[in-house]
Amino acid sequence: MNKIAKLFITSISAITLALVSFTSSFAKVEGDYIVLGSAISLTGKYSSNGVHTQNGYNMAVDRINKMGGVEVQGKKYKFEIIYYDDESNPKRAAQLAERLIKQDGVHYMLGPYSSGLTKAIAPVTEKYKIPMVEANGASRSLFTKGYKYLFAVLSPANQYLEVAIDLAVEKNGGKGVKIAQAFEQDAFSQDVRLGILDAAKRTGSEIIIDDKLPKELNDMAATLAKVKATKPDVLVVSGHTKGALTAIRQISEMKVDVPMLAMTHCDAAKLSKQHGKKSEYALCASQWHKNLSYKDKFFGSGKKYAKDFQKEFGYDPPYQSAESSAALLVFKDAFERANSFDRDAVRDALVDTEMQTFYGNIKFGPGGQNVAKPMILFQVRCKGDDCENRVVAPTKWASDKFYHPIPKWSERS
Amino acid sequence: MDFLIFKAPMLMVQASLDGILLGILFALIAYGMALQWGVMNIINIAQGDLVILGGYIAYTMYLAGIHPAWGVIVSPIIMFFVGWALYKLVINKVVDRDLFISILATFGIAIVFQQLMNFIFGADVVVAQSEYGTTMLFDNSVTLPNSKIFSAFISVLYAVALVIYMKKSRLGRAIRATAQNARAAKILGVDTEKVYAATFGINAALCGIAGALISITLTLHPYVGLPYTVRSFMIVIVAGLGNLPAVAVSGMGLGLFEEFADYILGTEFRIGAVFLLLVLILVYRRFKLSKKREYLK
Repeated sequence: MNKIAKLFITSISAITLALVSFTSSFAKVEGDYIVLGSAISLTGKYSSNGVHTQNGYNMAVDRINKMGGVEVQGKKYKFEIIYYDDESNPKRAAQLAERLIKQDGVHYMLGPYSSGLTKAIAPVTEKYKIPMVEANGASRSLFTKGYKYLFAVLSPANQYLEVAIDLAVEKNGGKGVKIAQAFEQDAFSQDVRLGILDAAKRTGSEIIIDDKLPKELNDMAATLAKVKATKPDVLVVSGHTKGALTAIRQISEMKVDVPMLAMTHCDAAKLSKQHGKKSEYALCASQWHKNLSYKDKFFGSGKKYAKDFQKEFGYDPPYQSAESSAALLVFKDAFERANSFDRDAVRDALVDTEMQTFYGNIKFGPGGQNVAKPMILFQVRCKGDDCENRVVAPTKWASDKFYHPIPKWSERS
Repeated sequence: MDFLIFKAPMLMVQASLDGILLGILFALIAYGMALQWGVMNIINIAQGDLVILGGYIAYTMYLAGIHPAWGVIVSPIIMFFVGWALYKLVINKVVDRDLFISILATFGIAIVFQQLMNFIFGADVVVAQSEYGTTMLFDNSVTLPNSKIFSAFISVLYAVALVIYMKKSRLGRAIRATAQNARAAKILGVDTEKVYAATFGINAALCGIAGALISITLTLHPYVGLPYTVRSFMIVIVAGLGNLPAVAVSGMGLGLFEEFADYILGTEFRIGAVFLLLVLILVYRRFKLSKKREYLK
């Protein structure tokens, strides 16, 4: 090795060392700032939802800081978030979580986007006993592992479409219904499926088609042909945005008549915009809708949140943003109740959380999932070519009546 | 056993037609792959990503208010130049090398393309609307989206045009000559460098057409290219190189096989079944080959 190379390597390692020692002095609280960390998908296949999540976090940080920040032991602190791009890659997310904790000295974490990435990070935060409030990992398996430092503001995946089955049974005069279902083979969709299986058992319904869609599949023609032949009372589809878009495209093209169609990811897929009238009457599970009447003092109501968000980021907030904002409200509340920066005190305060936010009520169950907030269902309804999502269930929040059964294609213009 | 498909004969018709229509589209992509594989001995892992890029070209037109079906004309033109440029930048450096190197190089191209498309078009799943409606047969019990019929028709049209072009035109003959024996072609005055570039361009153009058709029949996303690569690879393996009718038949056969596997084995085994078929075919080929060797002895 020649001299220059040696010198180069020495100086690089010196700089790295200096940086490491500098960053580890960052710790949990820096001056007036409480530092939170998050690995988030800013590039890669989850990047659009990753950005929604980040915007939600940032919106709440700004708002809380502007309204006086977090008061701990009589002193006001502000929130600050260190972000790293996890490239939509679980391995990378776990590495970055480790880096946030060990190098940047972060003591409180915010979740990444998607169940898969949350699953990758949770063991790390658990190992270092770092409280993590996450807003975008709904998979049931996150809440059955006995994690003590994981808190999710959202309802678990198995609850997504259970309401839809109840609704179908109700419309059938309380008798069980025939269910056709198609779910992608991934953690989230399979959890949604488990919820349906439970609901079917509970209501005495019969599952007549139970297709598991391979991840690579973007053609559902075979499943839909079976649906046409067997005439179920309700068709349930969950396969992320691709599943939602493919289903509507092929249902409309193949003229499949079902009295009720329930799905997930309609708003992430911008269903009503991309497919317009063809998506009318589809029922969609959602964590949140701006028309719900929950309130808090930071964002006011859902409608107010949507307006402010639109002003700041230029688009209507999807529920991924709303739930991410709510995560910060939860943290603020916990810090103030703990009145301390001790990790375990904050963790214990999180366990006792019971609050209302614009996003919904939040109270954590034993596994860390939010048990205080029901899932909502909206239905795509159109006026002319203008389509929008209207809340139809649960009835307490409904702004519109649930339209049932879906008119046959031959009767639709 | 109690299979839905055997109880309802109309389902059989539906499955067959769905399979064939989809298979024709796959055959078009596979034909491009067979062409450049045969001529340049390159297995293009980026094939599917070229398809998706072609789809995004049609989708961009759709966003601009132009009917996405025009994509089947615009997209191949743009894609031809993309292919040509790709050849000049990367492929010409790996063309005479080991097959493994070309796989690595095209794998790299695939990653770059995915990230670029993600960067430019975003990570959302998108669809373009053709509003072509539906053809209903047998009293509405069999339904065929006109967009699928359109895509099969366009695929056949382009495939036929290409076959004629390969037979009649000067470049077509040069391509075939190069495929047969590149050195001999070179000695006889064929500019093989140009032939290679053109072949890669034609392949990309075919991908562009297929992509435009996929934008109106299926869905687009920056990361869904690989399944198209794998399918076309399979079709080519089954059909063999430089045999267009075989590519068409094997494309349709694979489409059919997939649909029927869905009904009989279940949707979750649909893609698995195709892979199983591939393994069986490879084993069978090997078996036949070893017999042949014995005979030669």
